[in-house]
Amino acid sequence: MMTKFKFILTTLSAVVLVTSCSDDFVYVDSQDVNSENYFNTEADYQAALIGAYDMLQSTYLNVMLGEIASDNTLAGGENATDVPGIQQVDDMIHSPNNQQLRDIWGWMFAGVNRANYIMEFQDKIDFPNKPSVLAQARFLRAYYYFELVKWFGPVPLSVDKRIQFGDQFSIDRTPVADVYHQIELDLIYATENLPYTQAQEGRITKGAAQALLGKAYLYQDKFDEAAAVLTNLVNNGPYNLLTDYSTMFENDNENNIESVFEVQYTDLEGAGFGCLQCSEGNVAVGFNGPRSYVGPYFESGYSFNVPTQETYDAYDTDDNRRDVAVLNIEALAASDPTVSYGEGYEHTGFFNRKYIPRKGDSNIGDQNLTNPNNYRSIRFADVLLMAAEALNRGTGSDTDALALLNRVRRRAFGDTAHDITASGSALTAAIWEERRLELVGEGHRFFDLVRTSQAASKIDGFVSGKHELFPIPQIEIELTGNRWAQNPNY
Amino acid sequence: MKRIITCIAFMAGVFAVQAQTVTVSGTVVESETGMPVPGANVTVKGASQGAVTDFDGKFSVSGVQTEATLVVSYIGYQTVTVKGVSSSPMTITLVADASQLDEVVVVGYGSRSVKEVSGAVSVVSSATIEKLKPTRIEQAIQGQVAGVQVTSSSGAPGAGLDIRIRGISTNGDSSPLVLVDGNVISELSVINPSDIESISVLKDASAGIYGVRAANGVIIITTKSGSKVAPLKVQYDAYGGVQETTRSLPLLNATDYAALTNEAYVSNGAMAYYSNVGSLGRGTDWQDAVFSQAFTSNQSIGLSGGSDNATYSGGLSAFTQDGIVGKDKSGFQRYNARFNYTVDLRLPDGTPTNMTFKMNMLYSKTNRKTLPEGGIGSVLFNAVNMAPTYTLRDGSGAFTRAENMPIEVINPLWQIDATQNKVVADRVSGVFGLNYKFWSDFSADVNYQWNYTEVRNRSFSGIQDFGVEGVADKVFDTDIAAYYVEDSFYRDYTFDALLKYETTLNENHSIKAMVGTSVFKSTADQFAFVGTDFAEGTNLENANLDNAGMVNNNFQTRSNRIFDTRLLSYFGRLDYNFKEKYLFTATVRRDGSTNFGPSNKFGYFSTFSGGWVLSDEDFFNNLVTADLFKLRGSYGVLGNDRIGAFRFTSLLNGEGVYVFDNQLQFGAAQGGIANPTLKWEQQISFNAGFDSKWFDNKLSLTVDYFKRRTEDLLLQVVTSGINGPNAPGSGPPFANAGSVENKGLEVALGYNASLSDNFDFGLNVNFTTIDNVVTEVNNSLGYEQSGVGFGIGNLAGPSRMEVGMPIGYFYGFKTDGIFQNQAEVDSHPSQVQLGTVAAPGDLRFVDVNQDGVLDEDDRTYIGDPLPDFTIGLNVTLNYKKFDFQSFFFASVGNDMVRNYERNTPLVNRTTYELDRWHGANTSNSVPRVTTAATSNSVFSDYYVEDASFVRAQNMQLGYTFESGTFGFQDLRIYGAVNNAFTLTKYRGYDPTVTNGSPLASGFDFGFYPNPRTYLLGLNLTF
Repeated sequence: MMTKFKFILTTLSAVVLVTSCSDDFVYVDSQDVNSENYFNTEADYQAALIGAYDMLQSTYLNVMLGEIASDNTLAGGENATDVPGIQQVDDMIHSPNNQQLRDIWGWMFAGVNRANYIMEFQDKIDFPNKPSVLAQARFLRAYYYFELVKWFGPVPLSVDKRIQFGDQFSIDRTPVADVYHQIELDLIYATENLPYTQAQEGRITKGAAQALLGKAYLYQDKFDEAAAVLTNLVNNGPYNLLTDYSTMFENDNENNIESVFEVQYTDLEGAGFGCLQCSEGNVAVGFNGPRSYVGPYFESGYSFNVPTQETYDAYDTDDNRRDVAVLNIEALAASDPTVSYGEGYEHTGFFNRKYIPRKGDSNIGDQNLTNPNNYRSIRFADVLLMAAEALNRGTGSDTDALALLNRVRRRAFGDTAHDITASGSALTAAIWEERRLELVGEGHRFFDLVRTSQAASKIDGFVSGKHELFPIPQIEIELTGNRWAQNPNY
Repeated sequence: MKRIITCIAFMAGVFAVQAQTVTVSGTVVESETGMPVPGANVTVKGASQGAVTDFDGKFSVSGVQTEATLVVSYIGYQTVTVKGVSSSPMTITLVADASQLDEVVVVGYGSRSVKEVSGAVSVVSSATIEKLKPTRIEQAIQGQVAGVQVTSSSGAPGAGLDIRIRGISTNGDSSPLVLVDGNVISELSVINPSDIESISVLKDASAGIYGVRAANGVIIITTKSGSKVAPLKVQYDAYGGVQETTRSLPLLNATDYAALTNEAYVSNGAMAYYSNVGSLGRGTDWQDAVFSQAFTSNQSIGLSGGSDNATYSGGLSAFTQDGIVGKDKSGFQRYNARFNYTVDLRLPDGTPTNMTFKMNMLYSKTNRKTLPEGGIGSVLFNAVNMAPTYTLRDGSGAFTRAENMPIEVINPLWQIDATQNKVVADRVSGVFGLNYKFWSDFSADVNYQWNYTEVRNRSFSGIQDFGVEGVADKVFDTDIAAYYVEDSFYRDYTFDALLKYETTLNENHSIKAMVGTSVFKSTADQFAFVGTDFAEGTNLENANLDNAGMVNNNFQTRSNRIFDTRLLSYFGRLDYNFKEKYLFTATVRRDGSTNFGPSNKFGYFSTFSGGWVLSDEDFFNNLVTADLFKLRGSYGVLGNDRIGAFRFTSLLNGEGVYVFDNQLQFGAAQGGIANPTLKWEQQISFNAGFDSKWFDNKLSLTVDYFKRRTEDLLLQVVTSGINGPNAPGSGPPFANAGSVENKGLEVALGYNASLSDNFDFGLNVNFTTIDNVVTEVNNSLGYEQSGVGFGIGNLAGPSRMEVGMPIGYFYGFKTDGIFQNQAEVDSHPSQVQLGTVAAPGDLRFVDVNQDGVLDEDDRTYIGDPLPDFTIGLNVTLNYKKFDFQSFFFASVGNDMVRNYERNTPLVNRTTYELDRWHGANTSNSVPRVTTAATSNSVFSDYYVEDASFVRAQNMQLGYTFESGTFGFQDLRIYGAVNNAFTLTKYRGYDPTVTNGSPLASGFDFGFYPNPRTYLLGLNLTF
């Protein structure tokens, strides 16, 4: 009997062995490239670099929300509960549970990781353009970290290494000074390895790196360092003010002589509300657009980010910038009977004219989410004003500062009659006021008010010692195993 | 050496025995009528010979040794054994088997008699399916099998259904493995329900023979086959009917709507919005305009028959169903063809070979059109939210523009008219199998099963302008016509090789052993293009990529349009029983899956089950009189590998697109976040129960207790933003991050009896309780949350998976009535953290953690979508030639979230808002209406409703004509109502509809309800 079983077993195993195949069958390589086996050609580095640039487009939210947080604009929208996260930031009642703040957090870190991916493999191969590739990657890392440190203060810093799944349990928040130190190192490398002009429009230049470096110094009150790099840029860079301010924000004048750094958008590929960061268009433009607008020049949008009467009134009536920066829809409708529009929540009659939809765009994909308007991230006028402020507040000369300030004002008024002649702290105040007027709608105001300690006096609901920083999203703290402390007073 | 000699001696013995043989012949007749039985199986025990009776019930087997035992069997009759044969013809009488204990249950890679089964296996027979007239197979299972829950995410024609066996055990894909004739099938519309012979549902560890794919249970479908020596039988079935909606929401008419809207404006200090309330009348009933009666019909023809060594069966069917929303715009057609052939192979001279070949081919073609549904901006969402003050069309006959409605609310009739899409799917499946019997106790099987599917998805979106003319004020508005082309090609095959040994030793010891191997490979190619810039007049019918001004390839930036998933398995099963009284089964399986990385590729899964047929014990029979009483128990480990491919490694399949020189630049970026430590999830399954039959088999009672603990649960975890999951084309990683336990009780009670010669009565009830609790969430949060939001712009994560709670429970604020006055507001913690400061008339939220502050930390359990218990009830009555059946299904304790209200000032509302607060003590349940910002729209129990229901799923009355009427062998006509009525307190369209994802279940975006259908039909056999 036993023998029969053994015989059966032998036969069984033989049959099974013959019909089976080896374990190799389930070792399959993906059709997609494994991220660990990349960077074998220059083209690989260039492709990964485009991936790192990609996250710049998601900064539309930083720009829009930074403006809404300030005294320049109100949240707007359709009604009081249209995007509660935006409404709450406007009213300074935002809590650590805020979807838009979490978006900014997640998108900026996605950018950091994409830049660090290149840096992690910086030594794999050599090619002549490598310094340029690395310089662009380091600029991008600095750009994303600068946003993070502005919004959230101390943030986890990773250098030349992606933050992998699991690392969140062991990484700490890095002090602001150390984050800035890395930003400075990256930008200094970028200034040294990039040219003032690039063959392709939209690439990061030496000028962009100098300007961002100066800005980073200014945010740390390192006025002399800021003044040095910014005046170097003013004197040696290929930039100048556009003569006609009104052409600045039009689509046919992108990457103009005043654009030191510009985030590139297109109307050729869109996305839906489910993945706003996927759009190749400027999402903020559709959000800012006048509600149900019919008429020439513009297209409609969702009426967010509406300038206040006070903002409009801050301009001198003969300031050429007012009607470029702020659309007075009632005045437009009064002058043109074909114009009609709807009134959204917190309707002020004003819209953020620099970044609202223009007629004639293709807007492939969702019409309101795929506007092609590039974001003029750093304009030469901004550089002049930053340089002026650095000179004035540091050990530099007020005369030099005044010259830079008045260069901006002369373009604004088309004459020298509006030149300013102040010095000392009066000059500081004049520069700050000029920054507001020159840069309304461009997302700088809130952070300027915070770094110059004016926020509490200018923004309703702003609590000193709390609202200088936005809260780290509560869930992000929990996801690290409550490793991090929340920002003060949230 | 000794072994070899024994072996040779053994084989010599076989030859020696074969020398002394006779030819046995005879007739098989049926005991009651004395009629011959064609197609009965005659086999010689322990030998390979056998025969099948011919049309006259006659058989002849040559070469049978005189001491041999002859076994005669036929389905539905008790098997007869005759010991010792001679050459003189014999007559064998078969007695009908009332207990049907010989009913065969398919258990995976083989079948067993009901009595031999020791696992929790339920069977749905073709008789049940024929009565229920399901449009899909899943509906045949719903309520018929204890422990199986079937839900739909839509009542639209052609929409799929979700099957859950014994609760939600995983966070990802919870659907069971479905096999049709051994072939893994993912889309069940490949088969026409009336082609099914039986459905076996493996609910416990007995599914373990399918290893890493078994954790969600296994459903084994067997299609109809012919019988041997049967004349051609033709069956024709047809029905036609009308469908209608079961419910319309009680929306406000124009006058009430305008009055409430004005109240909302005035209470916020604004001017009244409508100055003409008195003249608005009832306005437009948008639901009435959107819902319509719709036609459905089904015709099928089946053929079957067989010769003495072959059987065949085939069928053709055509099913069509229009939608109750948009009629043909949401219509569905399905065409099925099926052919099944089995032959015992013979040599050219007619000598049997012991080899049987089988083949089975299925073909289906489906056409489906869909309307936007189940979400914000869907047709029903618009019908509910569109203000009744708008007319359907304007004075010129054009569709009315929804000018002042929110950006995603548009005229639903226009939306229906503008929607142009179709999905055409062709599916071919085949099974080829060869069975070889040898050495009397052995058999070998090789089966090759394959599926090929082409899905062609086409949609055309013209230039759209639904709101203010010339303004892109609606999310649907576009000034570009686009034509979307998506083609997917799926191929898979399963190759199984099995070796079986079945014997009975010393009369009493039955042994069945099987070893096998299986390889599975599934590949797919996908292509997607978008054409834009079309000439005017282009539509879905005449659009193509060639006449587009511009074509975009959607996969330009991603190479992951090709998939390749594989599984390599070895398995074995051993069955032993003593006198069919003590039953024992063990299985083991080793699976290798491409979904896991090198360190975790292979898993071992083993199960055990045992049974004790007490009713075969004398001591038991002395105590009680039962026809059958069998105790069963099973325990085992099952697996689940259902996550996407390559989630263990980081691939460059993300989206990295930027713009230089105003041109799109396509770069490289990482896709989903990788987790190299991923492994299969495993489920420890325990089951104990009994099967019993009483009172001459009239009463049957089956009770099961089960406990299934899923460990290393695979789920896509909420991940820290610093890992970069929010980048385009990326996403959170999968991780083994939790445990879930499902336990419950299943009771199935049946009573079937003839109360008189003319009157038969049948009652079948099944009852299931499932207690679902999460026992571990292995991340730093201590919970996982759904990505689906409540309303628009609210916090993510309205439902959660958290330790100690049911999976996917609703997580929000508790309310405690309405603030009646400012004093009440002032004495309550401030609600400003929820969005705004409260005012009289607002919901009062409960400070759950009693810290004196109302914030997000006060969110808590406010309901869950899982039923406490479900009941299926089936009554059949046959009186003379009339037959009646009705089937009810009830689900108790499941909650649903009312999420189809847009909550903005100008949209319509349901009538319950007439009872809103509008001054002190006017309401303590419905908050005020106002255009001011309030916190009333945060996710709270105010939006959670009890969705318990009882539904009359099917009621049917039939009449069968005398055989031979109009020349037909059988003729039956019937009328039926499907989904006749539903008893529920739930205010939405359909409490039975829910989205399938475990963590986002129970959110009602205005689901497309299941229609009520009136049917007339006939069944013909000739």
